[in-house]
Amino acid sequence: MSERRRHGGRNALLLVAALFALWQAIYWAVGDIALSSPLATLRYTAQLVTGEDFRMHLSDTMRAFAIAFVLSVVIGLLVGFWLGFDRLSGDALEPMIVTVYAIPKLTLYPILLLAFGLGLSAKVAFGVLHGTIPIILFTLGAVRNTRPILLKTAHVLKLSRPQMVRWILFPAAIPEIFTGLRVGFSLTLIGSLLAEMFASQRGLGYLLMNGIGLHNIELVMSVTLLIVVFAAAVSTLLLQVDRKLHRKG
Amino acid sequence: MTTQVALSNVGKTFPASPTTAALHALGPIDLELQRGEFFAVVGPSGCGKSTLLEIIAGLTPATQGSVEFEGRRIAGEAPDSIGVVFQEDASLPWLDVTENVAFGLRRSKLAKDERDARVRDALRLVGLSDFATSYPAQLSGGMRQRVCIARTLVMQPRLILLDEPFGALDQQTRLLMGDELLLMWRATGATVFLITHALDEATMLADRIGVMSARPGRLIDVVETNWPRERDSRIVERSEFGAITARLWKTLREESLKTIGRAVPKPAADA
Amino acid sequence: MKRLFLYRLAVVAGAIALLEIFCLTGVIDKITMQPPHLIARDLYRLLASGRMNGAIWKTSTNTLLALVLALGVGVVAAALLHRLRALRDTLDPLFATYYAVPVFAFYPFFIVVFGLGDLPQILIAFMLGVVAMIVNTLNGLDRVPPVLLKTGRIMRLTPIDTALRLTLPAAGPYILTGVKLAVAYAFIGIIGSEFILSRGGIGYEINFAYNNFDNATMYPLIVLILLASIAINTVLTRWEKTLLARRGAR
Ligand SMILES: Nc1ncnc2c1ncn2[C@@H]1O[C@H](COP(=O)(O)OP(=O)(O)O)[C@@H](O)[C@H]1O
Ligand SMILES: [Mg+2]
Repeated sequence: MSERRRHGGRNALLLVAALFALWQAIYWAVGDIALSSPLATLRYTAQLVTGEDFRMHLSDTMRAFAIAFVLSVVIGLLVGFWLGFDRLSGDALEPMIVTVYAIPKLTLYPILLLAFGLGLSAKVAFGVLHGTIPIILFTLGAVRNTRPILLKTAHVLKLSRPQMVRWILFPAAIPEIFTGLRVGFSLTLIGSLLAEMFASQRGLGYLLMNGIGLHNIELVMSVTLLIVVFAAAVSTLLLQVDRKLHRKG
Repeated sequence: MTTQVALSNVGKTFPASPTTAALHALGPIDLELQRGEFFAVVGPSGCGKSTLLEIIAGLTPATQGSVEFEGRRIAGEAPDSIGVVFQEDASLPWLDVTENVAFGLRRSKLAKDERDARVRDALRLVGLSDFATSYPAQLSGGMRQRVCIARTLVMQPRLILLDEPFGALDQQTRLLMGDELLLMWRATGATVFLITHALDEATMLADRIGVMSARPGRLIDVVETNWPRERDSRIVERSEFGAITARLWKTLREESLKTIGRAVPKPAADA
Repeated sequence: MKRLFLYRLAVVAGAIALLEIFCLTGVIDKITMQPPHLIARDLYRLLASGRMNGAIWKTSTNTLLALVLALGVGVVAAALLHRLRALRDTLDPLFATYYAVPVFAFYPFFIVVFGLGDLPQILIAFMLGVVAMIVNTLNGLDRVPPVLLKTGRIMRLTPIDTALRLTLPAAGPYILTGVKLAVAYAFIGIIGSEFILSRGGIGYEINFAYNNFDNATMYPLIVLILLASIAINTVLTRWEKTLLARRGAR
């Protein structure tokens, strides 16, 4: 198992190195006009992140994201458990929720802006719109797919319903629920950033769009790099935990 | 009687991989199959039965010795006129029963009538005429396995290899499937090589039964049943049936104990 | 079955009725949203006028282009990766975290490199779709039962016949899942990038209407997008279901 872990680590490193090499190669091919080199971008990034402005944008994005994620988790778990227990509602609503997952949600953002106004709450609402769906779907699946033999066991042991949820259902469902949280985390982040890219005066998404307006290629690439690295790093971390939970389960 | 398959000194060693050591799985084995006979193989699990079958089928090369089919050497390529029925369900779920059975005939240069006639005959032989347009998912496990048998039959093979084809079926269905297998064997005149883990099945069906040792599998006994060619599952009522099955078990018991990791117990002292 | 349909109908009809009541009673004011029946009327007028045909055409062709690219490249890449174990292992971390990374974040960068045309949009939509296609096709190829390939060898199929008549159909349901996702992602990619920054297409028109407080255009177009996306998704899900039903549990 640690063997596997080491392989995974080596693969990830290899991949990152390959991506940087690709970047550098494209830079040599295309030149300064359209692209800044990896080194220049890193240098610019270092300068960027120490700036006062950047800290404001970052904290703005993070605040919206954090609130949105907490709301996504709470709503997602509640709805997920409800739909998992209530067979009829679950069967009726699950396909509808899956369908919502597939629509270009960005088109709904103007409605949120009209409803909440330009600011934090619209961003949060948009993050929640992205983040709750996977949490609902995974929780629903986890509750519904609990092995019937476990529930029979709970019955034989004469557990009360809360005890059953606490001691049997929840522990059995945790790996799947965690997967939902992991995906929900990523999508909430994506949602918050998208909202900022479309309409906002602050945040990393705004900074990105501002870079285009200013024709500042280094700024665009630095912010893109930061976002990608952050999202990939957190997601990798969560994925490790996820795999560990699933192996145990 | 002419020899159809000749194995001499055949063995198989799987090479080492990064995670496993090299594994001597089979042999050496010497065996001749006569044209038209029904030969069964029994042996403890993991002793190399499937490997032996795949070597004869040309699906995997032997690492030692030689295999001849009708006088020609088999070297890692499946010859025509050998049909195989596997233990796993190999029906194609996206085709209906007729299309499944006709699958192997697409390439042949038969006229359409001839092809349809063959498919119809094969379906009748395995008793699936009424299910010609069903999909595998609508059939039971036994019926799906019969689809695979029919698919093999339409190719009119001269040698049919079966790897525990009824392993997943319940006992009654197995007995009935055995009857059908005997019918098919007589109707086609093909040689049948059947791997099974059920001793009674081997006794009931075969002319000769090869008993294999624990891994690396070798033939440690070959038992002749001397049944008449016209026979069916009622053969179990004969007194020789019990005797032959008992002999198989006596030979196999020690070998099977080895594979489940138990020391062979000493026979209890006579009271 | 019937009960589920009624349940869904009640949910949708209830939501629309509620909106209608809120709008008519002024709980939701006119500037925010028009009542649903007016949106429906406006949508009909908008489509009948042909004013949006250009935008619809642009969005559709770009989506289709990105989709075809994603499907083609996805299947070929998956077939190659299925054979090249080492490369696949190296790319595995990329696939595992791919959808956690906001692909849209690359859009400004693409605009800087390729200019504000169709290419950056198609590229984003392609990038969103192709990995779903690769991952699901790989998954399908992994699950082709070995016994089917052995059967192919016994029947002496050519490699091409094996690929077309055994491997592809056996992996079919998984590939179709990939297609379904790729369709959704391609649509999301095109609409989304039109929306963020572009010179045309339905996403652009929505954005334009929003900036001009033109609710009579904005809401109908949003509804149009929703309907299109729901329709496509429903059709593909149906198809997937019949395919799976024919194959039973597998
Ligand atoms: N491709 C392979 N590589 C390595 N070992 C194998 C392979 N195929 C089978 N074996 C091993 O060879 C032995 C014999 O396998 P098999 O012929 O399937 O046994 P049986 O059919 O008698 O149960 C087993 O121990 C199995 O694990
Ligand atoms: Mg076997």
